[in-house]
Amino acid sequence: MIRSEREELTIPPDGRSLDEQPKWRQDFPIDWAEAHYVSRRDFTKFMVLTSLAFTAGQFWIIVRNFLRKRRGEARIQPIATTDQLPIGGSLAFIYPESHDTCLLVRTAEKTFVAYSQKCTHLSCAVVPQPDKSRFYCPCHEGSFDLATGATIAGPPQRPLPRIRLEVRGDLIYATGVEVKTI
Amino acid sequence: MVPDQNEFFMDPNRCIGCQACVQACSECETHKGYSMIHLDYVDRAHSVQTTPVVCLHCDSPTCAEVCPADAIKKTADGVVQTALKPRCIACNNCVLACPFGVPKMKTEFKLMMKCDMCYDRTSEGLKPMCATVCPSQALFFGTRQEIELLRPRSVATNQFRFGEQTITTKVNMMLPKFGKAEYVDVTAAMSERSSGKTISLNILDGMYDEEQSQ
Repeated sequence: MIRSEREELTIPPDGRSLDEQPKWRQDFPIDWAEAHYVSRRDFTKFMVLTSLAFTAGQFWIIVRNFLRKRRGEARIQPIATTDQLPIGGSLAFIYPESHDTCLLVRTAEKTFVAYSQKCTHLSCAVVPQPDKSRFYCPCHEGSFDLATGATIAGPPQRPLPRIRLEVRGDLIYATGVEVKTI
Repeated sequence: MVPDQNEFFMDPNRCIGCQACVQACSECETHKGYSMIHLDYVDRAHSVQTTPVVCLHCDSPTCAEVCPADAIKKTADGVVQTALKPRCIACNNCVLACPFGVPKMKTEFKLMMKCDMCYDRTSEGLKPMCATVCPSQALFFGTRQEIELLRPRSVATNQFRFGEQTITTKVNMMLPKFGKAEYVDVTAAMSERSSGKTISLNILDGMYDEEQSQ
């Protein structure tokens, strides 16, 4: 005969049943079946609290979006002069906030691109590789396309945030950030 | 799940100290080449008598009672398993607490490993490795009817007393049928200074009396 799964096998040192034991002993039973047993009440409690957390999360996202919209467009900021960079050269700059490092790359005579330097996977600093036409993240071998910022390889799922550029005369200005999710 | 009718019987009288069980146990891949069984010398100064020590799978496992990490669990068939790897903190509490000296601390794995009655084998209806190789059947795995037929002069017991603590186990120990029970006062032995002599367990005394009376 095989015993039922939830039968109490272990006898506590004082010999009394599990229901009479202190709370800590009931919470950490020695029997495998008892330790892995999840009561309907516990399961329901877990489900309700988890869905509550998800719902609160959705509201949090809405609030965040609202606040971001209210903040408005990022300021316009001069970055460099056009003759400061050779073709294939890159320049790191800070935009729009003091902790946001970005990269400006000159891909052709009159083409400049700029992206945030933070890899969208785990925020490592990406390295520009214009000869391979990509940004390379050394942390987990992620790659982003130099022309569009789209992901090419590795774990990152979202493209690098693109910095809008404007060339006025021989000065390059950053005029905004385009955050894309796909 | 180990079938209920299959029980483990240990007969220290029959142990010849060949270490076949130790070798067989260490060959198993489930515990990485380490033996979970060992032989104890009963009275090393005066005798070569050994006793095999497998886990006795107590009803109230002291190893699990003292585990601060809640790592030692007993499955529904009463087998006390090796510590759960994600939980074991290698604190050695179980090693110090077990009255039989069964849990083995493997510091290189940071894990306590112990005899689990070859759970991979016994749960499939096979015998544990040590019981299959023991040439003198000091380690026997089978039904109670089988052992009663094989050892008519022995009786199986699963109660052990260490000082104030009485331990009931899943594994049975074969003892002479008419022998009287011996109790070891562990706490007294702890304060005793080592005299160079070992305590002898007169476990065979009753058997001689029985032979003479026949």
